[in-house]
Amino acid sequence: MSVGAGIENNMPGGGAQAAALGACSAGDPAGRRRDIGLKRRYRAEKRFRFYGIAAIVFGLFFLVLLLWSIFAHGFGAFWQTTITLPVALEAQVIDPDNRLAAEPQSVSDPHFLAMIDYPLLLRRALAQKLGVAADDRAAMREIGQMISPSARGQMRRFLGANPQAIGTVQTIRFLASANVDAAFKGQINFSLPQDKRKISDRQRQWITLLSKEGLLHKSFNTGLFTRPASANAESSGLAVALIGSFYIILIVLVLALPIGVITAIYLEEYAGKNGFTDMIEVNINNLAAVPSIVFGILGLSVFINFLGLPRSASLVGGLVLSLMTLPTIIIAARVALQAVPVSIRAAALGLGASHTQTVFHHVLPLAAPGILTGTIIGLARALGETAPLLLIGMVAFIANYPHSPLDPATALPVQIYMWAGEAERSFVERSSAAIIVLLAILTLMNVTAVFLRRRFEKRQ
Amino acid sequence: MTAKYAAVKPKRVKMRGENVTVFYGNKQALHGVTLDIAANKVTALIGPSGCGKSTFLRCLNRMNDTIEGARVEGVITLDGEDIYAPDIDVVELRARVGMVFQRPNPFPKSIYDNVAYGPRIHGLTKNRAELDEIVEKSLKSAGLFDEVKDRLHDAGTGLSGGQQQRLCIARAIAVSPEVILMDEPCSALDPIATARIEELIDDLRKNYTIAIVTHSMQQAARVSQYTAMFHLGSLVEMGETKIIFTSPKERRTQDYITGRFG
Amino acid sequence: MSALGVAYIIIVFGLAGFFACRARARLLEQRGQKMHSLPLYYGWWAFFVTSAPALLFLLIWTISSDLYLERRAFSHLAAQNAAAQNAASAVAGVAASGAAPAQSAGFGLEKAVLSDLVKNLPALGGNIADYAQASYASVRKKLLTAKNIALVENGRNYMLPLAVEWLETRRILQKTGGAAAIILAAFAFVGSFYYVRPAFRARNKVERVIISTLFLASLLAIATTIGIVLSMLFQTVHFFESVSPRAFFFGTVWDPRFSTAAGEAGATGRFGLVPLLAGTLYIALVAMIVAVPVGLFAAIYMAEYASPGLRSVIKPLLEILAGIPTIVYGFFALMTIGPFLRDISAALAGGQSFIQAQSVLTAGLVMGIMLIPFVSSLSDDIITAVPRALRDGSYGLGATQSETVKKVVLPAALPGIVAALLLAASRAIGETMIVVLAAGVAANISFNPFAPMTTITVKIVNQLTGDLEFDSPQTLVAFALGMTLFVLTLLMNIFALYIVRKYREHYE
Repeated sequence: MSVGAGIENNMPGGGAQAAALGACSAGDPAGRRRDIGLKRRYRAEKRFRFYGIAAIVFGLFFLVLLLWSIFAHGFGAFWQTTITLPVALEAQVIDPDNRLAAEPQSVSDPHFLAMIDYPLLLRRALAQKLGVAADDRAAMREIGQMISPSARGQMRRFLGANPQAIGTVQTIRFLASANVDAAFKGQINFSLPQDKRKISDRQRQWITLLSKEGLLHKSFNTGLFTRPASANAESSGLAVALIGSFYIILIVLVLALPIGVITAIYLEEYAGKNGFTDMIEVNINNLAAVPSIVFGILGLSVFINFLGLPRSASLVGGLVLSLMTLPTIIIAARVALQAVPVSIRAAALGLGASHTQTVFHHVLPLAAPGILTGTIIGLARALGETAPLLLIGMVAFIANYPHSPLDPATALPVQIYMWAGEAERSFVERSSAAIIVLLAILTLMNVTAVFLRRRFEKRQ
Repeated sequence: MTAKYAAVKPKRVKMRGENVTVFYGNKQALHGVTLDIAANKVTALIGPSGCGKSTFLRCLNRMNDTIEGARVEGVITLDGEDIYAPDIDVVELRARVGMVFQRPNPFPKSIYDNVAYGPRIHGLTKNRAELDEIVEKSLKSAGLFDEVKDRLHDAGTGLSGGQQQRLCIARAIAVSPEVILMDEPCSALDPIATARIEELIDDLRKNYTIAIVTHSMQQAARVSQYTAMFHLGSLVEMGETKIIFTSPKERRTQDYITGRFG
Repeated sequence: MSALGVAYIIIVFGLAGFFACRARARLLEQRGQKMHSLPLYYGWWAFFVTSAPALLFLLIWTISSDLYLERRAFSHLAAQNAAAQNAASAVAGVAASGAAPAQSAGFGLEKAVLSDLVKNLPALGGNIADYAQASYASVRKKLLTAKNIALVENGRNYMLPLAVEWLETRRILQKTGGAAAIILAAFAFVGSFYYVRPAFRARNKVERVIISTLFLASLLAIATTIGIVLSMLFQTVHFFESVSPRAFFFGTVWDPRFSTAAGEAGATGRFGLVPLLAGTLYIALVAMIVAVPVGLFAAIYMAEYASPGLRSVIKPLLEILAGIPTIVYGFFALMTIGPFLRDISAALAGGQSFIQAQSVLTAGLVMGIMLIPFVSSLSDDIITAVPRALRDGSYGLGATQSETVKKVVLPAALPGIVAALLLAASRAIGETMIVVLAAGVAANISFNPFAPMTTITVKIVNQLTGDLEFDSPQTLVAFALGMTLFVLTLLMNIFALYIVRKYREHYE
């Protein structure tokens, strides 16, 4: 079929071929209907549209799977099993050599307190409750496995504070071991043979017994937020990581926000269009795309090796992440500054304000909400960043609360990384819980950003 | 309303709009327009900006479908069939009713690929030779072939504005439509390029039915056989161009033509 | 008095200058003088003139005196160290040449011990000079019992006089510098009154200071880049002194553990980049195979098909994926995807799983999911930026929507999309946490996507966590790897940004 032919026959008479529309009436000289492959093309159209939907479903499916798997793993960690027992603080266990009779002040001696066999006290108390004979060594060992090793430190602090309690019976609430915790939360598969699981049948009966009497119970796990790192899952918490992350975010806010805004103002309002400005711009865009781990190497070389700042300190973490966040904030601030209408500038300049006055009195306040939103997004990214912190030594077992940004600390994502590397299942639960905490904070930050933007937009 | 313009009804009607009303969201852009497009004639739609002439034109090949929130009421027929009927395929309709836009919009492809685009998507050719032939004929019909024959594989965007618009016309012709709609095709062009397009329109009339929206009274007078005058979303008057320009019935047409408003 | 204390005093002078000059400018105004600027600006100028030079002087003085002290102490230490070594080798009869590397390694440690001593000695209080003749062991014990500060055990006695001298000289230098800075501030304070006169353009001066500050801040971006390059360059050069660039770039074996210090025969070929680069690129490739079609189709659907209502729901939902930290993806890969792939392959093969939990596939798949929103939101922006006129042109010829997308919109958006994909690939190459947790540590070269492979970033983390020895190639290789990674991603970014720029000009 040729164009010319098509044109010649392009004058269908009247209007009576409704049925012929399915294949256009502008046929070739032979009167053949013009086939433009509609069926095939609409199949392709449908297929194409299906790919689009499939892609979105794929993405959303993994989003749901990710969130679900984290929540399913980590939800349990927000509850912690404890045992409440009357414990006899027997003097002959606490003070077998009878030192206290001779020198009563040794109660406050850390060495004396450290030497006491606290687990024995707890084992005996538990054995008594469960009706197990104290000389049944196998049973006593299983009883000991039900108590968290952290109870030791707790008892030491208690005795140090209450020396007069020696010889009395005190009701004490302490953490159950990670395995008891798991069993009580129903995470242990009891259909397996006894030697393939971490809780024996006898221990299982005891757990049922204790929980019937109300001595074993679950409560909200405040320890997750208040305890430092620990070798035992049940007594390890996020406190050090939370403090470390707080310092880091604070430092990023104090450094990156002003420097970022200042740089954006310079580039947007003052810098001339020349090669140098261009270079700065290209530089900033590139920095925004440099892998984060490279910033970690920078931190290690410059802040720790060259400037001699302490390793593992949140100060260094804050400095490194400030440099990393800076491009994000600069770019956001520039966009916000660009969005301020030219008429505002013209009005201020027309009244005789200097350029600098115009910028600081009129343009900057109008750009503030956009800058703020960009900053929060930058901070959220800094809060979730892990790799550079590993290189500056923030991946460490830290049992003391950091009192200043110069003290060794970890950060929330690093804590997740460390717990993820632990073999025990109960640490998996902890690290999932830490992820939930991290995601909750990030959500809060992003919601704040959206809320602030809406509020400012309404006002203007 | 129809009765009022019965006298000027063209004999052979290619497309007809009856009581066409268009809403963009809540805003009514066209108020019950009834209008015929004569076969193998050039019909010019004139009127001041925002009068609805482009809106009406875009109804004729359902380009309004691509606009969010646009709603078309009334009946539009092509050879007597309602083009808004549910069993009508919009892709097929547009293959029969082509369109040339206000600003030249060549695709960022070569000149050849621009013209070959329509035949390719519609599968109009069986082999390369046929395609070459269509491209050449279309470019010739659009009066562009001699200027570009040595650089068919250069980018279409590299042509001058007037050439680009002729390329767009060639692109529309290549599909062998029955009707060509032109939405102010010369508004972005200089007078010389405009003159060439006008000549071209006159040539194309032999083989195609053409509806053209134009701002320029002179252009309407030069190229069209029928003229429809729009104002504020309504059809004011429709008739043979000679009559409309010499002795319009309506006062508003007279005022517009003589330049008192618009 | 510490440098910080001096800085406070200088700032107090500055504030005094601010208030005094502002008051004086007001007074002049009340007397009917026509001042050029508002009194406030005279105040700010005085603050600047008074505090800035003194603070700058203080900063330079402190840094340079610290550097000077350190260098001097270390050169003395080197002399002492050499003397002690000579004495020791003379006794043992060891050839001096054989002991040379050991000495250099030990000397780095000694420097650290001395620095630590200097840092902690003042904690003892009292007259520091008293400790010049004390033994290291006694000082260490004293610090441990009295202040609970633990020094390393193997310090030398000759370090103490060095530490004492260091501290004493520092005290004197600090005093001198501090006094000089304060005097400078005081003079400037008096001098600043000179500027409070009608003809002086205080506002212009202050604004110039502000602009200079802004300019300096904008240099930080460049300083960071320079810092990144320098921080890796020196160590990389240092690394190439012990391992040849050829062995690094073309070596196919990565096994840093068994090659000891520099110069040994086995060192060559064991820091081979090739297996790491292969793993990096392979995982990035798998990630792109997942992310590109999914992200692109999602973007096309959102830009061309979805109703505004649907779009306003799906877009933010997909962007949640972009806001999730990479460590979370890593954990997801480790805990959910890896075991799932392993188990399902075991079920398919009937017992023996052919996909390992840590594998190229696991890491690549999860990384791909991470990149979906990155690809889709960049592509979405680019696709919606394609002018409507082009779409209209295509629809006007009777093209279906998918034909318009495939044949007009995508080709028009192609440069932008290529740039977006380059940026995504550069991200995949530089991504760390997912591969650390999900890719494995074994440096294999293999085409099996079900086996673990390792990446450049994993090895950087491995070599730079734990104990660091900045003179052994085991640590230094991390900097060479970092440099390689930086250059690789930089080239991709620059190229991508160049395309984006070009593309933007095209449509504006």
